[in-house]
Amino acid sequence: MTEARIIVAGFGGQGILMIGKLLAHAGMMEGKQVTWLPSYGPEMRGGTANCNVIISDDLIGAPIVSEATCVIAMNLPSLDRFESSVQAGGWLLLNSSLIPRSPARHDVQTLAIPVNELAQQQGSQRVANVVMLGVYLAVSQAVQKASLIAAIEDVLGPGKRHLLEINLRALDAGIAFATKVQV
Amino acid sequence: MARKLMKGNEAIAAAAINAGCRHFFGYPITPQNEIPEYMSRELPKVGGVYLQAESEVAAINMVYGAAGAGARVLTSSSSPGISLMQEGISYIAGAELPCVLVNIMRAGPGLGGVQPAQADYFQATRGGGHGDYHVVVLAPANLQEAADLTQLAFDLADKYRNPVMVLADGMIGQLMEPVELSPYHPAAGLPPKDWATTGTAQSGGRRRIINSLYLYPDQLEQHIRAIFAKYAEIERTEVRYELHQCDDAEVVIVAYGTTSRIARSAIEKCRRLGLRVGLLRPITLYPFPFAAFPPVIERAKMFLVVEMSMGQMLDDVKIAVAGRKPISFYGRTGGIVPTPEEVVKQVQALLGGPGA
Repeated sequence: MTEARIIVAGFGGQGILMIGKLLAHAGMMEGKQVTWLPSYGPEMRGGTANCNVIISDDLIGAPIVSEATCVIAMNLPSLDRFESSVQAGGWLLLNSSLIPRSPARHDVQTLAIPVNELAQQQGSQRVANVVMLGVYLAVSQAVQKASLIAAIEDVLGPGKRHLLEINLRALDAGIAFATKVQV
Repeated sequence: MARKLMKGNEAIAAAAINAGCRHFFGYPITPQNEIPEYMSRELPKVGGVYLQAESEVAAINMVYGAAGAGARVLTSSSSPGISLMQEGISYIAGAELPCVLVNIMRAGPGLGGVQPAQADYFQATRGGGHGDYHVVVLAPANLQEAADLTQLAFDLADKYRNPVMVLADGMIGQLMEPVELSPYHPAAGLPPKDWATTGTAQSGGRRRIINSLYLYPDQLEQHIRAIFAKYAEIERTEVRYELHQCDDAEVVIVAYGTTSRIARSAIEKCRRLGLRVGLLRPITLYPFPFAAFPPVIERAKMFLVVEMSMGQMLDDVKIAVAGRKPISFYGRTGGIVPTPEEVVKQVQALLGGPGA
């Protein structure tokens, strides 16, 4: 059984929930079991956002992620809060554009990515979330790139078709960054 | 139709429209707001009516009216809002009208909190309002089931002329999972709505009266006995439950909805530790699946009830087990969702140490 259990966290407006939705969408298109669970209520009202995504070959029980195979932290409070949720040997992906510190954990695989700068190089900071998605795709191979692209196309729809190109460039930038650092 | 990634609230709303629901009355409350949001957007497109009432009390009485006119009608709310609706629900049950209610539970008592809970079990299964009555209660554990049970709810309501409640919680409401809505066909043999107040032109000039007032006790007793004859049939024919890995289980967990999913994850972890644990999951909470228990009682050493409450379904499990095996309880409340690891610890404690 393979199962990806991901926590994505940051503040509202960073496209946190969208990272999760795209992953769940891509997993569904591959015929896998998927769940996506957002934070709601008092947390959300404080300006932070996070979601839990599970992509599995088997029926999914609890949709809340406690032992994550990957935590994606898009800002410092998210690292503070979710660093402990990564399982040993799992991945911790940090947005180093906004996170000044290194993680305290040494039993996990860490990658610090300046996603805001990488996104800006592609034309807009608004695709920083998709850069991070590219990084996650490269390190995890939880879904296939083709399904993720199909998911992006689906979510953009005909109305936002013109945004497809910059999103694909951002995805590739993330993949390229992760591949370069890992080699 | 292909699988579509939907929120639980959206899946329930889409399934209702798919089942022919054309009327929705409600009042906003977290964590179920995607239901009215979806209905307000989609119902007008199919010639339906969406109306945001001035309060839950108004909304349930609009439901009463639409149900009396024979419409397939839905309202949705969350715990405190459902409390406000209880008077109307009692009237609808008393007048023997079909309608579907959705309660996406949050933590109480009072305004409580907006996070998931299962503390409205008593209210849902015991009637909730005043008088001798029940609503049929369906408890989905995943989003496909939430959609399927919502469609079933409309059929059961029409079949028995009684309110049917879909009882879920904030986690099911906010969760996204793939859902497939198949073309809907009403259940075979649903009775014609020859009681609906649609004007005398359709009733051959005869008046039709919908009412829950019976001032003569002998008439009222007869009326209630007739309603309870329907409940007896519902208890005979509409019980739904799921057994998971109960065949060799020493500990059988009893849980519904969200907590049954957590139990399922816990069972997987327990099995890897060599602990024999199974799950009995009621899908209908009223009628409660008492009949599922006897064979399980024979084989199990003990039961563990897990709920997001201080112990409500626990009472029904006690009735079902009738003292023949020990029952333990593990509950979290106030909006806390238990983790599978917590449940595993409970099982380990019951069986005496890890991997006992």
